Amino acid sequence: MYAPHTPRDVEQMLEAVGAASLDDLLRVPDAIALKAKLDVVPALPEYLIQRRFSQFAEKNAGVAYRSFLGAGAYRHYAPPAIAALAMRGEFLTAYTPYQAEVSQGYLQAIYEWQTYICLLTGMELANASVYDGATALAEAAIMALGATGRQRVLVSSAVHPNYRGVLRTYCDGLDVVVDEIPFTNDGTTDWAAVAAAVAGGEYAAVAVQSPNFFGNVDTPSQQAREAIAQSSTVPIGVVAEALSLAALAPPSSWGAQIVAGEAQSFGVAQAYGGPYAGFIASTQEHLRRIPGRLAGKTVDHAGRTAYVLTLQAREQHIRRERATSNICTNQAHCALIATIYLALMGKTGLRDAAALNLARSRELASAVANVPGVRLKHTAPFFNEFVADVGRPAGEVLSALQRHEILGGVDLGRFYPELSTCVLVTATELTTTGDIDALARALTEVLHVPAAV
Amino acid sequence: MSRPPSEAIPLIFELGQEGRANRYLERGKPLESFLPKAIVREDLPLPDNSELDVVRHYTQLSHRTFGIDLGFYPLGSCTMKYNPRVNDAIVARREFSDLHPYTPDELAQGALEVMYELERSLSSLFGMAAFSLNPSAGAHAELGALLIAKKYFKERGETRRDKVIVPDTAHGTNPASAAMCGFKVISLPSDARGRVDVDEIRKVANDETAVCMMTNPNTLGLFEEQIAEIAAVVHDAGGLMYYDGANANAIMGYARPGDMGFDLMHLNTHKTFTIPHGGGGAGHGPLGVAAHLVEYLPTPVVVRDGPSFHLDFDRPKSIGPMRSFWSNFAHAVRALAYLYANGEEGLKRVSQLAVLNANYVRVKVAEFLETPYPENCRHEFVASAQRLKKEHGVRALDIAKALLDHGYMAPTVYFPLIVPECLMIEPTETESKETLDGFVEALRAIVIAAQTDPAALLEAPVTTPVGRVDETLAARKPDLRWKN
Repeated sequence: MYAPHTPRDVEQMLEAVGAASLDDLLRVPDAIALKAKLDVVPALPEYLIQRRFSQFAEKNAGVAYRSFLGAGAYRHYAPPAIAALAMRGEFLTAYTPYQAEVSQGYLQAIYEWQTYICLLTGMELANASVYDGATALAEAAIMALGATGRQRVLVSSAVHPNYRGVLRTYCDGLDVVVDEIPFTNDGTTDWAAVAAAVAGGEYAAVAVQSPNFFGNVDTPSQQAREAIAQSSTVPIGVVAEALSLAALAPPSSWGAQIVAGEAQSFGVAQAYGGPYAGFIASTQEHLRRIPGRLAGKTVDHAGRTAYVLTLQAREQHIRRERATSNICTNQAHCALIATIYLALMGKTGLRDAAALNLARSRELASAVANVPGVRLKHTAPFFNEFVADVGRPAGEVLSALQRHEILGGVDLGRFYPELSTCVLVTATELTTTGDIDALARALTEVLHVPAAV
Repeated sequence: MSRPPSEAIPLIFELGQEGRANRYLERGKPLESFLPKAIVREDLPLPDNSELDVVRHYTQLSHRTFGIDLGFYPLGSCTMKYNPRVNDAIVARREFSDLHPYTPDELAQGALEVMYELERSLSSLFGMAAFSLNPSAGAHAELGALLIAKKYFKERGETRRDKVIVPDTAHGTNPASAAMCGFKVISLPSDARGRVDVDEIRKVANDETAVCMMTNPNTLGLFEEQIAEIAAVVHDAGGLMYYDGANANAIMGYARPGDMGFDLMHLNTHKTFTIPHGGGGAGHGPLGVAAHLVEYLPTPVVVRDGPSFHLDFDRPKSIGPMRSFWSNFAHAVRALAYLYANGEEGLKRVSQLAVLNANYVRVKVAEFLETPYPENCRHEFVASAQRLKKEHGVRALDIAKALLDHGYMAPTVYFPLIVPECLMIEPTETESKETLDGFVEALRAIVIAAQTDPAALLEAPVTTPVGRVDETLAARKPDLRWKN
């Protein structure tokens, strides 16, 4: 209970209102009045709430393990200054900045976020955030449906499986068909197949991810680019590991018109999956179709620089069923965290972080490849994660590694039956040589034991 | 001494200097030593800033941002109550904040138990069979619910059901969500008492009805007493009932959507359960369903298996996943911590005092502003500046801006759409009588000023870093990013 009312307050206020009792004010028709005893958790004083959550916390043993998990959620260094700033009550307890005059600070921060996303992706504009990377992809596809008037979407099967799942969920609602393009033996999209598929001009969009779900750099071939352009298909670039943007040529370099991404890597906690910071960036031509909030720069009546939520005629509270999206609440605070992260790291820090991810993941790859029975599945350039074929069911190997207090990676058999002996292994700047040695030793031991079957 | 309020704060991009980097990490080798030159990014046009400059910059920006921590925030339909700091402290624990979503279930039992306990408590509190913690916000849950309805009717061979009934007082997200599922929207007029008339529902509910979306209490702050009859009409026509839980702060311990006849619902835990709004998000929109729709919930679902918990992805009838990972988990932690702070009795008290506060402000405001629905309200109420506009040329917007000069956040204005010059006021239960009295007196002073010196009000606010902004210019010449 966080209400300040004294019994005397309640008495005086009831009198002012002219109600005999609180029950009088809250009464509902008898037929629907609550009669059951509820089964909700018991009330506790604050120190015991903390103790209760200590009990939950102790049962999350995985957090103390050496971890090589990535696959769309990454463990990166976050300077403490981020939390010190982002957790300021002014930011934390504000609502959407509808009243611009008392929200200039947050509006400017959103404008800075939009700028950072543009600078990183090479796009001309970006929105104030969407829920996460997967919904960003779904919303990007909806933009393309509107732009082309077509009813089919093409996606590479090397796009994150969860992102593809969400794309399907959204498209089901609109009776839009989603087709998938296979990946090659080298873990990159079959670009010849993309070129052939889009040629008929029936796809609104083609969505590709780079680095893709396997960690591999995966951008359209020249032939695919030309076919996409000729068929007026909207190319959507998906970015699940935003830090890669500091090292790799941006999606604009291969002609992406919309970029759907996830900025969790920029200082946002892994937090068992959320909240994260989805973003949508695009070329100028898609301005009127972009979903969600946009902060814009303008002037006040005295000509002073001012920021405001703008182009609201696209949004649900104005346009209702004709809005570009139903999104209202977004991920503003996560976007703020990412903005502060980018400000603190700067070009130099971001480049260093990217280089360290490249270095540690290569150190890891060579250690893992040296384990007898393990081989690297692909040869394509990768950013900070890669696929290791461990030669036996990946789930069993990962379970055995857990006995060494190691989370060895993600079992790809969960998503691709043909990759049931493969593990997606990730290293970031926080991965130590000790971690890498421990994984190599444990993997050697685990694979040394004959397979159970 | 911060920067003078009248002075613009430069953009972070205008502050940086090449070579002014912080040493968070060791220096990395050139990128070309790891990647083919052709795929390496050439330039990265971001500024380098010292940590102190960044700290000052965002601290200064915070000084120009109004949050609940600074003052009363009576934003109708948004339930801006105090955000307890203990919840943030719990979320910041490494065992929650550093937990990777692909951590094997057996090593994330605490997280799964948090989600399970929250899910069970929500189901009991709102009378639903089960909840999904998947949706990221209320609108996201609406989309999930309508996808469930679409799939449900498709499997029953009732694809002709393509209409969604939405009252004219509904949040804009309702019709927008319906459109995202290909449904056609039927807008339902409210009656003179601000409610949905059962006879109006009878006119439109038929074998083409998929879903009727209702908010109860509605956005006028009025309880739809005929809700059970409305639900019966929709159900008799074969449709489903959806409860928009934005106003759930008014009913806890008194009524449950499940008992009112709703088949689907969402709760905005960032409203009712004190999760900070963070300047527009992240939110958290648990999606509740009645027994016949449980199989359709988005994946994954947290299930209990004896003493242990796991994420169940194998749900053949599910609409599928709605987000990258399982939930806005940090918010699930906050929501459960809030439930522990209240328990059943505390939640009932929350609704009692939220309704008491709204009525207290309502009767006082009625002394000087029109209140178009002069009866007891629930957690919020609407007032209208229509008379002030007619007689003195002062609009709801002007009153809202004048409140900013008095140190208060403005109420929601011009919503719901059916009330002219609408001011929608929701005080919440965490505000004291003294705060409410102060707000009422400020509003009274503004109304008096509107009658005596209306010209001055049109200039408001004058104490803020900028005055009223040129929204037309912003929309006509969109400037959405800094350019060098």
